[in-house]
Amino acid sequence: MALTLNEITEKLNLTLLTEKIDFTEIPVKSGYCSDLLSCVMTGAEPEGLWITLMSHSNIVAVAALLDLAAIIITEDAQPDQETIDKANDKGVIMLSSPEPNYEIIGRLWELGLKATKH
Amino acid sequence: MIPPLIVQKALACGVNLLAITDHNASENVPAVIKAAQGYDLTVLPGMELQTEEEVHVLCLFDNIDQLNCLQEIVDKNLPDIKNNVEYFGEQFIVDHTGEFIRRKEQLLINSTNLSFDEAFLEVSKLGGLFIPAHVNRQAFGLIYHLGFVPPELDIEALEISRHISLEEAIKKYPQIHNYPLIQSGDVHYLDDFLGVNQFIIEEPTIAELKMALQSVEKRSFQVISRN
Repeated sequence: MALTLNEITEKLNLTLLTEKIDFTEIPVKSGYCSDLLSCVMTGAEPEGLWITLMSHSNIVAVAALLDLAAIIITEDAQPDQETIDKANDKGVIMLSSPEPNYEIIGRLWELGLKATKH
Repeated sequence: MIPPLIVQKALACGVNLLAITDHNASENVPAVIKAAQGYDLTVLPGMELQTEEEVHVLCLFDNIDQLNCLQEIVDKNLPDIKNNVEYFGEQFIVDHTGEFIRRKEQLLINSTNLSFDEAFLEVSKLGGLFIPAHVNRQAFGLIYHLGFVPPELDIEALEISRHISLEEAIKKYPQIHNYPLIQSGDVHYLDDFLGVNQFIIEEPTIAELKMALQSVEKRSFQVISRN
């Protein structure tokens, strides 16, 4: 049974930055972490979860391109309103946490979410 | 690299236009401008700004007042940490002869809290030219950090590092092929001078450089790459 975005959001107490939609039907298949967008473009997998402290608007295009399940933006990095609008427009889900990448990844791993397949 | 030696080396390399772009800093710019007085060499005031995404950007201006305005913004957005000379080296401020004036206390190596987009807007507002530096480098290059040039911003040129030819850069990073590309060498030492950007312009101003980058009004530019 794949984890759903709903379980992850609740257990990690994540804040939703984009429009509210039903997360119970969104499966999350793997996790990937990098703050270099070029690495993400070649490293993350479709339906995967991307953990980053990068909040530049280019993250939306990367997530849309790869059809990622969602982005978790860490350390309370705040994307600007235009980036949030763009994410809503492209159907990209952005979540936020005050925790650093390492903490978020550790908790995801405990929930059973492993790295991308290589 | 003290001001008189920078001027001598530039002249020896046939350079007649250069920009001083210290990392998040600008206090040595007036000294170089003064050292170049009386020579056939124009020094543009500038800065290499490091954005919060750790992207290096060259910010070029016509006059010191514009640069000072940017410096004020940068100072407010740099963490208040003192330089540790043992780890990061000296941050000297010198006069036009190269004589020591004082040390810059605030550590300059950090990222500012300005996002790439915010930095672009600030520099544009001040009438400057905003050129992402060594975009192909894994450390502090735009392509690695941001993946591609943010399409919403009207970026007028990109700079590629000395280690690659224009053709190689475009082949490796097709996302940059639509942008005017320059190659400045990221000169940190006197032996680093390349002098390979050639601008055909009426006078050494930001407005003229912008026209040359767009190749309009009989202005043009080319990189005479050594690679």
